[in-house]
Amino acid sequence: MLAKRIIPCLDIKDGRVVKGINFLSLRDAGSPVEMARAYSALGADELVFLDITATVEKRKNLSALVRDISENISIPFTVGGGIGGLDDAYAVIESGADKVSINSAAVRRPSLIDELAGRFGSQCVVLAVDVRKNDALSSGYEVVIEGGRKRTGLDALSWIKEGEKRGCGEILLTSMDHDGTKNGFAIDLNSRISTNIDIPLIASGGAGRAEDFYDVFSLGKADAALAASVFHFHEIDITDLKRYLKDRGIAVRI
Amino acid sequence: MVAIIKYNAGNTQSVMCALKRLGVPFILTDDEREIRSADHVIFPGVGEARSAMSYLKERGIVSLIRSLDMPFLGICLGMQLLSSFSEENDTECLDLVPLSIRRFEKRDGYKIPHMGWNTVSFDEGCPLFNGISNDSYFYFVHSYYAEDADCAIARTDYDGITFSSAIAKDNFYGVQFHPEKSGEDGLRLLSNFLKETR
Repeated sequence: MLAKRIIPCLDIKDGRVVKGINFLSLRDAGSPVEMARAYSALGADELVFLDITATVEKRKNLSALVRDISENISIPFTVGGGIGGLDDAYAVIESGADKVSINSAAVRRPSLIDELAGRFGSQCVVLAVDVRKNDALSSGYEVVIEGGRKRTGLDALSWIKEGEKRGCGEILLTSMDHDGTKNGFAIDLNSRISTNIDIPLIASGGAGRAEDFYDVFSLGKADAALAASVFHFHEIDITDLKRYLKDRGIAVRI
Repeated sequence: MVAIIKYNAGNTQSVMCALKRLGVPFILTDDEREIRSADHVIFPGVGEARSAMSYLKERGIVSLIRSLDMPFLGICLGMQLLSSFSEENDTECLDLVPLSIRRFEKRDGYKIPHMGWNTVSFDEGCPLFNGISNDSYFYFVHSYYAEDADCAIARTDYDGITFSSAIAKDNFYGVQFHPEKSGEDGLRLLSNFLKETR
């Protein structure tokens, strides 16, 4: 049976992991490669690296980092952050990333999705969508960009359906209302989106307890769940989480 | 020496990384002489069947592959291309294994592509799976599948369908999943292919 996936997300700035300083007993918890190795050993099913480096100059080192990660882990990983065109995507895929994720750039120029899917295949293209509650829109959620600072007026479900039609292979859906609260994932949102698309959905935003993962898989119909701080600060141990989910009847890879 | 066949649908970077981790020397090549002199050949693949076959035909790699007699491992699209025919753009494939490739039909509750970790149930005795527990998880990404057939040595269920997740005929092996992305069990399978088959 196809397993539900658990995906830690690492924010990278200038080649270093940020927010991960409390991670286990790593010698160097700021090293993306060491954290990737540790998560892989704990049973993470995939990893997402989000590059939040501000300057173009420093971003040039990203390819070398991606290659280093690729040589050190044997599970799939996605790289996102600042990918605005074929060249950016080519650089990380050529260096060994399995998928790229695109967000604001796709909202500004939707044909980016078609271009990436046409060149690398749909399975390589993750459309990351950040949303906030907005009852004025038909699905009840509005797409926001630039880290949640800017509203777009786009209805979340229509945008996701458009992304699917244009060829993305997966949706990474973050509820900005839940992100950082640790009060659980947005169950209604995930369930509404997941049952209306034919591609896999990764739920993100709000993970606080093991039960939250159970809820988002069973009630939220998500295919995968992504979290950052609860894993980085070891509030949830991935091995324990998977045992808990398995005991409650969720298919996970152990 | 291991030869990884270089063509327009290769997902070669991760395969090369996996071989590096195993400490195995390899070359990435489309040169006939280099491929013929290899002890093992790996044929990776991520992409679309028809354009991959046209590329291989144009460069004479189709007849080359058909004539090889060393252990040969097709991965993902590389496995599907070993078949007789693929429904992906109605493509005549290498016809090395009597097998057809079908498309997953859309069905409620099943997402396409079949993406993620799924269990692989293999027939005991195949050297590829030496030391691996039956029903272990491997990583899959695909929208087309190989029907269950006599050449299947392992099977996986998805979308209410049981498909061939690993095949073998003579020196030709194929796996639908990505061993290079399937953690320790995946590395073990690659190592088994290199050490246990000749």
